[in-house]
Amino acid sequence: MQLIACPWCGPREEVEFSYGGQAHVPYPDDPGALSDEEWAHYVFFRANPKGRFAERWNHSAGCRRWFNAIRDTATYRFERVYRLDDPKPVIP
Amino acid sequence: MTSTSRTPEGGRIDRATTVEFTFDGQTLTGHPGDTLASALLASGRHRVATSIKLGRPRGIAAAWAEDPGGLVQIEEPFPEPMLLATTVELHDGLAAHALPGQGRLADVPDSARYDAVHHHVDVLVVGAGPAGLAAALTAARAGARVALVDEQSEAGGSLLSGTDRLDGVPALQWVAAAVAELAGHPEVLHLQRTTAFGSYDDGFVLALERRTDHLGAAAPKHVSRQRVWRIRARSIVVATGAHERPVVFADNDRPGIMLAGAARTFLHRYGVLPGRQAVVFTTNDSAYDAALDLHRAGVRVQALVDARPEGSPRRREECEHAGIRVLSGAVVTGTQGVERVTHALVAPFADGEVGAGSAIACDLLLVSGGWNPAVHLFSQARGRLRYDEALGAFLPGEELDGLAVTGSAAGVFDLAGCLADGQRGAGAALGALAIPPAGEDRLPAAPEPVVPAAPLVLWRVPDTSGAEGSTSFVDLQRDATVADIARAVGAGLRSIEHVKRYTTIGTAHDQGKTSGVLTSGITAELLGIPVQDTGTTTFRPPYTPVAFAALAGRDRGRLFDPERVTALHEWHVAAGAVFEDVGQWKRPRYYPQPGEDMEAAVLRECAAARTGVGILDGSTLGKIDVQGPDAAVLLDLLYTNLMSSLKVGSVRYGVMCGVDGMVIDDGTVLRLAEDRFLVLTTTGGAAKILDWMEEWVQTEWPELRVHCTSVTEQWVTLPVVGPRSRDVVGAVFPQVDVSTEAFPFMTWRDTTLDGVPVRLARISFSGELAFEVYVNPWYAVAVWQRLLEAGRPYGITPYGTETMHVLRAEKGYPIIGQDTDGTVTPHDLGMAWAVSKKKPDFIGKRSFTRPANADPLRKQLVGLLPVDGQTVLPEGSQIVEFLPDGELPPPPVPMLGHVTSSYRSAALARPFALALVKGGRSRVGDTVHVPVDGTLVPVEVTGSVLVDPEGARRDG
Ligand SMILES: [Zn+2]
Repeated sequence: MQLIACPWCGPREEVEFSYGGQAHVPYPDDPGALSDEEWAHYVFFRANPKGRFAERWNHSAGCRRWFNAIRDTATYRFERVYRLDDPKPVIP
Repeated sequence: MTSTSRTPEGGRIDRATTVEFTFDGQTLTGHPGDTLASALLASGRHRVATSIKLGRPRGIAAAWAEDPGGLVQIEEPFPEPMLLATTVELHDGLAAHALPGQGRLADVPDSARYDAVHHHVDVLVVGAGPAGLAAALTAARAGARVALVDEQSEAGGSLLSGTDRLDGVPALQWVAAAVAELAGHPEVLHLQRTTAFGSYDDGFVLALERRTDHLGAAAPKHVSRQRVWRIRARSIVVATGAHERPVVFADNDRPGIMLAGAARTFLHRYGVLPGRQAVVFTTNDSAYDAALDLHRAGVRVQALVDARPEGSPRRREECEHAGIRVLSGAVVTGTQGVERVTHALVAPFADGEVGAGSAIACDLLLVSGGWNPAVHLFSQARGRLRYDEALGAFLPGEELDGLAVTGSAAGVFDLAGCLADGQRGAGAALGALAIPPAGEDRLPAAPEPVVPAAPLVLWRVPDTSGAEGSTSFVDLQRDATVADIARAVGAGLRSIEHVKRYTTIGTAHDQGKTSGVLTSGITAELLGIPVQDTGTTTFRPPYTPVAFAALAGRDRGRLFDPERVTALHEWHVAAGAVFEDVGQWKRPRYYPQPGEDMEAAVLRECAAARTGVGILDGSTLGKIDVQGPDAAVLLDLLYTNLMSSLKVGSVRYGVMCGVDGMVIDDGTVLRLAEDRFLVLTTTGGAAKILDWMEEWVQTEWPELRVHCTSVTEQWVTLPVVGPRSRDVVGAVFPQVDVSTEAFPFMTWRDTTLDGVPVRLARISFSGELAFEVYVNPWYAVAVWQRLLEAGRPYGITPYGTETMHVLRAEKGYPIIGQDTDGTVTPHDLGMAWAVSKKKPDFIGKRSFTRPANADPLRKQLVGLLPVDGQTVLPEGSQIVEFLPDGELPPPPVPMLGHVTSSYRSAALARPFALALVKGGRSRVGDTVHVPVDGTLVPVEVTGSVLVDPEGARRDG
């Protein structure tokens, strides 16, 4: 039972959050202009790294806000949380 | 019965009070403060169990949770299998019996209450021995919010088992003062009988408090029996002590063989002499205390057998002064006795070789192979362990953020050192939390520690019995021996995790508290590698067994999951409704009249709705209020059809898809104002669709000025359905013109009833003329009853979800999630008409042009009519097709699809079904087959709308 630091609420129990998959996968500007393959990449293809991963999280049983986080998928540790309008942080 | 082995005085028991209990049907007595184990030993009984595989007699081998031998079955006050006699506190009326291998679960429900409490602290101290008490005092004195938990019935830890003195007085006086001081700090929570059984991420610790177990039948009913404490600590001080480790030798499992430290506990804490004549076998100095203490208490100590060549010169002198024979450079090689040990076989031991021995008579054989720090909580928190060659034990091998291990759990074994280490651990915790220490934080004066003679690390005595290790028990609970480890190693296993699983060592009740490190040591010896390289198996929660009832807490029975009921629930109950669960909702499924089964009731309800008037409680329908200047823009992006063109006052049906183009929900939308819509979702989709809307608004279109909120519980929804519905609604709301011209299909009107706002909508989920009545739940019963009253002349019939499903299925209206499964597009449902061709984009649009969506063999929603006019096809049935020659294709027979909904229809006077069938619409008119109970039932494929396909009934 980790604590996850919601950018708006601060640290809260992990059960209050839901997972939203890879971050920084924007809805295409003009889906109609994409090839089937490009569209399939948007719909179905996601990275699955071991290590740091930029993810979307939702404080669904709290403030209900979405936010992004850099989390290590091997240790589960959240290394950074940031708002949707923040750029993806660079962690040395 | 008189106690045969009770000391005349001393101990922590209340000798003035006697309690009666039974063991194996025999009535025995003990005192408050006893455990079942101490009371049994006081009555001279060692054997309490029979081993699970070999059927060997087993007894009490330790004094607390590390005991691998003394498992019992409790019968009263409540049947519980496999509890340790050493951890069951004695009370009046306790009934237990010897465990014949396996326990027996209760066959009656547990009527006790269990609960859970969340607690947040600056510093959690686990263990109220010397180190833990010192740590708690340091933290409390600094003003920190502290929790101190300890698994015993009283504080003191190892001090309860000895004769230590602090500040020149018995140490337990200091313990009492410390407990009193802690009680004076308002921010300190001190819990005894509370086992911290798991440590998790970010300072989260689960602890089990046994609140009334020790009270037996006197336990107050309103107090929970056990409580799970969910403690979130900013910093944790682990002061969990150490477990004594046995030495393995042949026939080391007989009743009467016990850890040396346990004998001291039974003597000093419980006033019990665990034997009359003892042999003590040790590899270190600590067991000398047991020998001397028992000797002073009147036990005849036949010999102290010390495996070290030189023994302990200083302590040898003490023993010999007391008249105890000390045999250095000797070991116990085996034992005799069946129900109880009668002899220890003692032989000289040098350079790993055992010489010729002799038998020494004894009824108690005490063993000490050293001490294993209880590093469980540290290891569970993913702390790395290191092997200490000198101690023959694993110690914390790193510093963890927010978790400090102190005292003997960290390998500090003298009293002064433990006190100082506890204070240090708490001080470090305070420092990390930036809590300034108290000015005054004095430790009691402990005797100057004496450096013990170096211990010998000895895992096992070579087996000279001829049994080749097959009676040298490593894990008594699993009947697993040195021979079993040798077999595992011989089979090529190298990893200690594999050895554990191959031998089952460490997998029983005690989770290897005494056997784990022994296994590492013996495995390393057999493999010829350092113990550090073998390591230990992973420590996992729980530290000691926890009842499922405690983990479930209050979340049982009706409280297992929240129940949602509508404002009309009590009316439904009174009307005799049969309920079904729809998500967390309780919904009336049908309202049987006397003598009716579900089929008869549903046929009656359906007929009423199609020929007269029916009424449904549709309040569970999801309702989302969407407001803002961009509300229409959002709905255009989320629905497949156009919502922005909807006029205020009108209603439109819509479908939502995922980005993959598959249907996720459907429902109607009411436009309340230019900038406001009421979105209706399926009952099950309400929360999911609100999440879906918020996700898109927040993550992709934050520029949209729109807000969404659930109003599901702010409105009850009462569909009045059937050709006479206009008469009923017109009578209740006479000011509303309910004619088709004034109030057309798919429009809504606001009105009032006795000043209460009411919304009426011409929406139909049955194909019949219908009005949905929306009102604040406070007025639900009144409005419902007015409608019933007005409908009485027409035989108004309340109907449930089953009838609702039949009526909608007859019209081919799909239920998302029943007739769809996440692979179904609007086109597959025959709803191409609900997919906008005008909108530049909406969620799912791009996926519709994928080649797979143009496949003519996609599964499509169709109707099925069993040709015999009788069979109700089971939902989920597969659909197959005969070859042109009238034969089934050879196996595996291809599946064309499956039945998604199936009912008996009053309107059709026959059963019918909806199904997803490959290329279904092109098969209309074909006959396919559905296997039912081993028979292939021919069914005709039809269009999905079976009743009123021309839509003539919706205006009455
Ligand atoms: Zn939040």
